[in-house]
Amino acid sequence: MVDYFFIVAFRVIRPIFKGKANFATVQNPTPSRTYGNLKDEDRIFTNLYCRHDFRLKGALKRGDWYKTKEIILKGHEWIIQEIKTSGLRGRGGAGFPSGLKWSFMNKPSDGRPKYLVVNADEGEPGTCKDREIMRGDPHKLIEGCLVAGRAMNASAAYIYIRGEFYNEASNVQEAINEAYAAGLIGKNACGSGYDFDVYIHRGAGAYICGEETALIESLEGKQGKPRLKPPFPADVGLFGCPTTVANVETVAVAPTICRRGGPWFASFGREKNSGTKLFCISGHVNNPCTVEEEMSIPLKELIERHCGGVRGGWDNLLAIIPGGSSVPVIPKHICDDVLMDFDALRDVKSGLGTAAVIVMDKSTDIVQAISRLSDFYKHESCGQCTPCREGTKWLMGVMSRFQRGYAVPREIDMVEELTKQIEGHTICALGDAAAWPVQGLIRHFRPELETRMKLYASTHDEKELSKFSSAAPGLDRYTLSMV
Amino acid sequence: MSLINVARTSIRLIANKPFVSARFFPKKSFSVSATTKSDKLFVHRDTPENNPSVPFEFTTDNLRRAQEIIKRYPPQYKKAAVIPLLDLGQRQLGWTSLSVMNAVAKLLEIPPMRVYEVATFYTMFNREPVGKYFLQLCTTTPCQLCGSMEILKTIEDHLKIKVGETTSDKLFTLVEVECAGACVNAPVLAINDDYYEDLTPESTIKLLDSFKSGKIPKPGPTSGRHTCEPKSGFTTLTSEPTGPGFGVRDDL
Repeated sequence: MVDYFFIVAFRVIRPIFKGKANFATVQNPTPSRTYGNLKDEDRIFTNLYCRHDFRLKGALKRGDWYKTKEIILKGHEWIIQEIKTSGLRGRGGAGFPSGLKWSFMNKPSDGRPKYLVVNADEGEPGTCKDREIMRGDPHKLIEGCLVAGRAMNASAAYIYIRGEFYNEASNVQEAINEAYAAGLIGKNACGSGYDFDVYIHRGAGAYICGEETALIESLEGKQGKPRLKPPFPADVGLFGCPTTVANVETVAVAPTICRRGGPWFASFGREKNSGTKLFCISGHVNNPCTVEEEMSIPLKELIERHCGGVRGGWDNLLAIIPGGSSVPVIPKHICDDVLMDFDALRDVKSGLGTAAVIVMDKSTDIVQAISRLSDFYKHESCGQCTPCREGTKWLMGVMSRFQRGYAVPREIDMVEELTKQIEGHTICALGDAAAWPVQGLIRHFRPELETRMKLYASTHDEKELSKFSSAAPGLDRYTLSMV
Repeated sequence: MSLINVARTSIRLIANKPFVSARFFPKKSFSVSATTKSDKLFVHRDTPENNPSVPFEFTTDNLRRAQEIIKRYPPQYKKAAVIPLLDLGQRQLGWTSLSVMNAVAKLLEIPPMRVYEVATFYTMFNREPVGKYFLQLCTTTPCQLCGSMEILKTIEDHLKIKVGETTSDKLFTLVEVECAGACVNAPVLAINDDYYEDLTPESTIKLLDSFKSGKIPKPGPTSGRHTCEPKSGFTTLTSEPTGPGFGVRDDL
């Protein structure tokens, strides 16, 4: 699931979506160079395709756990400074600067232990990058836990893995056992004198647990219902102790950044969007795949270079969801030249999210595709806040009518209004995430919706539709829910 | 006061006569939303196979595992182990019966209600018996774009069951799930703990037949791909990974 950001950062991001960017607001300079074409030697996840041994022996051969002791001994300020220099932004979806987030943990201690929680509850439709890290490079993740944990002075890390990823969790558990046996974690980790434990916790199938406070609730053995903030997890989190929740990819890149230096990582991608990133490209491309590329790579190049292009050629493209189901869809004319990074996608009123690119060609029923996402959010709403619990259900109902065209055009505006009433009125960002895909559809595909309604009206009895017409405005509120 | 009551009663009496009510009290002009049929019943109803008196005990092996799990959490937060322990119980019995929940509550020394809350919230706890092979087909948008509805129809036709049903030989139960997190390998069918990916109707039938005959095929893509690489060949990571110390800064 689009994780942590959904908390702090979504609150920060929302104004951006409304076009009033008040965060990272510097106008993006015109790119001074082209992006993409990352060299193999600069790729962090060298066992992405599980072609090599994922166990300790293979990991050591690929350069993991190299000079980890020295990194730990440099202390938390040094590590956080490296992460800040690297410009790493959280990889779970909201893109909050990681160095800053980790530094919140280093307030004077009041004696409570501190925890690092790794969000491996990957469930955002389109996203499948953390899975590859966990089964191919679990030692990168565990080393990352130690380095990030040291930066926060945490005493333990809990890796919350979604329940469906049984085999991936086994790989990580095996790697943890090896790391304990080799003295890399546990008491006196890597011989640095720092004590650090890593535990796995498997979830049981709930998308909402990818939200950071819901994840904490779930980890405490309760229903995964997000908590109100403040207090933020950095003050009161897991078991009442200061906690930071970070995405798997964010944590797993930390050791390599420390080893090769912040400036190395910052040399990729545009300013404020630096680094390398795992992209998962699914849907109507010739070769769907997960690939590590430079940030700010043009979307078109990403698809043509690694995925063999869109099925039937670029001109057969209809639309793309560039960052997992929660971000608005963008039509072809925007896809032509948009860059894949946080700020460029924000400027076209979408988002990088988890960089899960869902490609749809002209054969796609776009209304159905988005309507299915509305079903998804209805299913996954935890039911805690009324706007989300009721709103997602209504969205699902209305979208399924839109899919058939069984509606009148003025309902499009009503639905847009409905999404605005969900957005921003809930504890967590699931409500926003449910609203955005529908808003994106209306923004870019309104003519498609209207055509469909006209077609339906021309083939059906007018009487049937009259109850949605302006002649009986009072009825609309109720008939909306009749699917 | 009493006058008002008399008036009320008489109106009610009149209204109850069908003839009068149709004339003076037309049917309410608003409609309510249709009952949504949740995918699962949240209320427990005692049945012969699922009631509090059905015995359930963790095996000695699982008790040892349970103790190991409980040790991961701070001693005053033993409750955190409820999800892993329910999972353990489900693995032992095949599904999460009321007795499994009660056994977990006893082990963690918490009120049973706290366990019921959790067991009803998470979709992976099957509160009804399921077949030996639990088919979980992802039908969310990325899988749907790649033809998961066709796979759904194939499975339904081949096994002659609908979503949510179990075959009469108790071998297969089919459910639709939301995003399984393997979108690059869509369509995806999870059978128990293993993912079968890149499915086509033909490979799905082959898969089901081999399960029927008792052979468990190798999990992963059925298209010949290894994992999530492009199927036409590698576009990245073609060279050997760099060894320890590559590119490491001097001051470390």
